[in-house]
Amino acid sequence: MTVTTDVHPLLAPADVVARAQARFGDRVGVDAHGALVIDRAALPEVATALRDDFGLDYLNNLTCVDWPDRFDVVYHACSMRGGGTVTLKCAADRANPVVPSLVTVWAGANLQEREAYDMFGVRFAGHPNLKRILMWESFQGYPLRKDWKEAYFEQNLKPFNSRWPDGQFFFGETKLAEWNSNAKYPRGYTAAGIEKDGRPDSNVMVLDAEDLKRSPDIGSERLIVNMGPQHPSTHGVFQMRLTLDGETVVDLQPVMGYMHRNHEKIGERNLWLANMPYTDRLDYIAQLGNEWGYALSVEKLMGLEVPERAEYIRIIMVELTRIQSHLWGVTFLLNDIGAFFTPMMYAIEERELILDLFEMTTGSRLMCNYFRFGGVAYDLPPEFMPLTRTLVYDRLPRAIDEMDAYLTGNEIVLERMQGVGVLPPELAIGYSASGPVLRGSGVPYDVRRAEPYGIYDRFDWDVVTRPEGDIYARYMVRVGEMRESLKIVQQAMRDIPEGPILGGKKAWQIRVPEGEVYGRVENPRGELGYYCVSDGKANPYRYHVRSPCFVNLTALAEMTKGHKVADTVAILGSIDIVLGEVDR
Amino acid sequence: MAFGMGVVRGMGVTLRHFFETYTVAQKKQPAVAGNVPSPAEAIKGGKMPGGMPTETGGIFTFQYPDQKLPVPERFRYIPFLLYEEEPESERAQFDGTRCTACGICAKVCPPQCIWIVQGKGDDGRPRPVATEFYIDASICMSCGFCSEYCPFDAIKMDHDFEFSSYERHESWVFDIQELLHPVAYHAAIHPTDYERELEEQRQKEAAKRKKEEAARAAAASTGVDADEAKRRKMEARQRMLDAKAKRETAQGGGEGG
Repeated sequence: MTVTTDVHPLLAPADVVARAQARFGDRVGVDAHGALVIDRAALPEVATALRDDFGLDYLNNLTCVDWPDRFDVVYHACSMRGGGTVTLKCAADRANPVVPSLVTVWAGANLQEREAYDMFGVRFAGHPNLKRILMWESFQGYPLRKDWKEAYFEQNLKPFNSRWPDGQFFFGETKLAEWNSNAKYPRGYTAAGIEKDGRPDSNVMVLDAEDLKRSPDIGSERLIVNMGPQHPSTHGVFQMRLTLDGETVVDLQPVMGYMHRNHEKIGERNLWLANMPYTDRLDYIAQLGNEWGYALSVEKLMGLEVPERAEYIRIIMVELTRIQSHLWGVTFLLNDIGAFFTPMMYAIEERELILDLFEMTTGSRLMCNYFRFGGVAYDLPPEFMPLTRTLVYDRLPRAIDEMDAYLTGNEIVLERMQGVGVLPPELAIGYSASGPVLRGSGVPYDVRRAEPYGIYDRFDWDVVTRPEGDIYARYMVRVGEMRESLKIVQQAMRDIPEGPILGGKKAWQIRVPEGEVYGRVENPRGELGYYCVSDGKANPYRYHVRSPCFVNLTALAEMTKGHKVADTVAILGSIDIVLGEVDR
Repeated sequence: MAFGMGVVRGMGVTLRHFFETYTVAQKKQPAVAGNVPSPAEAIKGGKMPGGMPTETGGIFTFQYPDQKLPVPERFRYIPFLLYEEEPESERAQFDGTRCTACGICAKVCPPQCIWIVQGKGDDGRPRPVATEFYIDASICMSCGFCSEYCPFDAIKMDHDFEFSSYERHESWVFDIQELLHPVAYHAAIHPTDYERELEEQRQKEAAKRKKEEAARAAAASTGVDADEAKRRKMEARQRMLDAKAKRETAQGGGEGG
């Protein structure tokens, strides 16, 4: 099944902006960075037209920037037929920040608008469920605003100078900062939650008579079940609030943020370079992919060239990352549907060998910190090539084939996966799903092909898709992608040239020219994007991570409705979330 | 395929893994306690160790802590500082410590876990040596930036990862005495890196000799003494350092946390 978008010509981002300007006149403008600035009142209309008449059927990213005089809500949209992203902006007043919600235009805006509301306090008029998402409902303040100070706040920007040169060390807990008690609680707050209009807060597990009155047609009593955050199947601290009719799911609300650490604020306070090791901690199963996304964005801003050898090393490392990440993801899914740990242990055996390669090259198995702006940190060690050769030509192909023989035809596995959690292609695009979830729904979209970065255009490989849209399709896409990654690594190992591994001078204090950029890479779990705004200083002005796991969860409720409770575990497993990236 | 054959075939895979545990894995298991050869050593020796690639199978385990897998040279965990043991080294006047308290490691450190106190001479002038050097290992993220960007090869990442303690505050703040390791230790755990260091030193010395010869030749032709020129240069450098220290004192006063 393919999506019919061929009624529109495929437009370059600049053309979209120019044509939109011609059509909407003074209701839109263009800013210095080539973004389409849309008048607040006209936003839904213009967005609908962009989607229907200009082919921007996919919303990549939605975030917000806190400027001294306004909030800019920033959207990035692109066409599923390939090409770059178009940046749209809509300004909101500082005093009363409201913009129209675009959930009706792009359903994928749902969780991302909630995140922008949570972090910046910008309200989206017409949003169906505008509640905090990463912070708890009774939290006071907006953590990504520039005036926000966290507990034990020291200074706005690193490097701090309060610890040096006095040499008086202290522990954060013992230090009495002005901000050590700034977790503010609203009036009426108790441990059980806060009462609002006489009704308890949404996160309290209660279904009262009000809800029953609103749905009179049900035959049996509804029940709310909180799955997680301490449930072994939720891949970490993730919670699903299931509304059940008997054993059938009628509604699902994802509850997240238990591991929220304000990664973006940390990034905005760090030096550009010092942020690199923090990106490892986002999707810690696909550490090197995260680093590439960040390096790519900053290199775009700086206009840095990457030397040939470094490009090849990046490809080898990132495709090995994809293989070990999918090994993990696929067998964790099997774990979720009851093939308890045996397939996982077999996969971990192979994965460890790849991590050994990472360790000998980068110095660490998981927190690699290997990419630098303009290249990589170290050259490959001499023993890397022979070991990798045995792995990618011999051991890993056999391991993947064995996994195929072991699991793919297994009747119990098929029974649990086929026809469960179906996401049709239109919905997958609408919900901004990406990665194996999108390709498992029959949409042949891969950032490596749609907007090639690095040197992906030099290799012979295929975008793996499956038409079914169910869990089985996502599983098969992942297995297929491991084989394609092996193909890419083999070609890269054959062609890798000698030469320098870092373009430009090695420097810890870099100057990033003023500007903004949205850089994206195809991570194992989907499109990972970094939206960076530089004001020309030593620290980023705005640093936003478009997390594929987080956005893919938008479609979770849709996939789960009508299935049994046990299937929600499998469906969540097929999205393959990593909480470090969902919560950031 | 008849229904149920998929399950049976899967069982076959499990069975093979089970038998390989006895036929392959346990035979390769190192029998004696001690370090297992690293992959690099194994390749040089022409055979793979128990844990590494192609011909292993089945399930095996290393008996940690009796057996330890060696870590690769680039493995990094918590930085340490270096001191020269040779009495004639140019850092001898600073007890051999290589650190010049330039502060780059503290500034590039992402979680800001390093703090340094620069040494001062009797006349109050800053000296290129750290009198205090702390690393709060409880917030160090072992990213390796400090050793990567240190211009003097004075700070390196350690291989020792066995730091467990019953106390999680004071015992994790390492002071300069705990951090200092001899260069020989660095040379032992980072042989390739140490070789690069020596090579750079050789090149630097060769360049210096060349420059001195050129200066002597120039002095011979112009009449300006090479030693006199060097002395002037040192004076200019000291003036610069003084100005910097003055600036920092003025800045640092208002910003203590």
